[in-house]
Amino acid sequence: MTAPDDELGPESVELVRPYVITNGRGLPDRDRFDLITLVTASAGDRRTDRLDPEKRSLVKLCEGGYLSVAEIAGHLRLPIGIVKVLLSDLAEAGYVQTRTPVPPAQLADIQVLQEVLDGLQARFG
Amino acid sequence: MDSRRALGDNVHLPEKVQIAAKILVVGHFAVGKTTFIGTLSEIPPLRTEETMTQAGADVDDLKGIRGKTTTTVAMDFGRLTLNERLVLYLFGTPGQQRFVQVWEDMTRGALGALILVDPQRLRESFAVMDLVEKYGIPYAIAVNRFDGTPSRADEELREALDLLPETPIVTCDARDERSSANALMALVRYLQSRTR
Repeated sequence: MTAPDDELGPESVELVRPYVITNGRGLPDRDRFDLITLVTASAGDRRTDRLDPEKRSLVKLCEGGYLSVAEIAGHLRLPIGIVKVLLSDLAEAGYVQTRTPVPPAQLADIQVLQEVLDGLQARFG
Repeated sequence: MDSRRALGDNVHLPEKVQIAAKILVVGHFAVGKTTFIGTLSEIPPLRTEETMTQAGADVDDLKGIRGKTTTTVAMDFGRLTLNERLVLYLFGTPGQQRFVQVWEDMTRGALGALILVDPQRLRESFAVMDLVEKYGIPYAIAVNRFDGTPSRADEELREALDLLPETPIVTCDARDERSSANALMALVRYLQSRTR
């Protein structure tokens, strides 16, 4: 017998138009979630059984550690814009938290570039 | 499709990762972007889609047919954890002018772009080069060598693509890990030289 929870897997996503998943809301502040903003589930035992199935899947995916917004969208097979709306709601309700992406400051770039180069060299020789 | 397909052990980032950086891998259709990303990525490349609704007036080929149209743009991307605090994402996307919304998202915070070109189809690279330049993203050219492709002289390419004298041109085989990594490193060295 199938548990009620299992009847609402991500397959159901394809049966509804994207804005239905976001309860008709438009896009949130686009600056809050970048493609590479790193997201994880907040610590603590939060009940997810009353969340929409897509939000529940998202929180579950993020329980394992940090992932970028793009990876979350890829794994859940949802458009980026939809994932941003879901994340915005979940962050507000305390289910997920983020790490800020690299600031575009010049100084940070110099250091990041050196680390990228060193990392690539170490990995690929 | 099994929605609960098991995710591998290395899906999530190591706990200490603090910084995410982004480099774009761009080029025309079928130039080898996804192959390049797949060769270097530590995870199987993922695909995300952005759905856009546009007013019909902005879409030349559908003008007059209906008021609105929805376009889906796919982006393939991969990931490389480069040290315990830094992860690099490689994003590949096609270069159509009308996907402006996606380009704004993609280019924000990007360190630079590697433009893959096929020497036999140079003209097809012009549109994507225009976009990269429009968004002010510093770039290097990587000539993806397909089997049996005769190499063209760098100077010939530089002239055909109207490149600045300092823009790097590297040759790579997108299927080869080392060759692809070398192309990426050439871009990073160029980006470093610009910040000095």
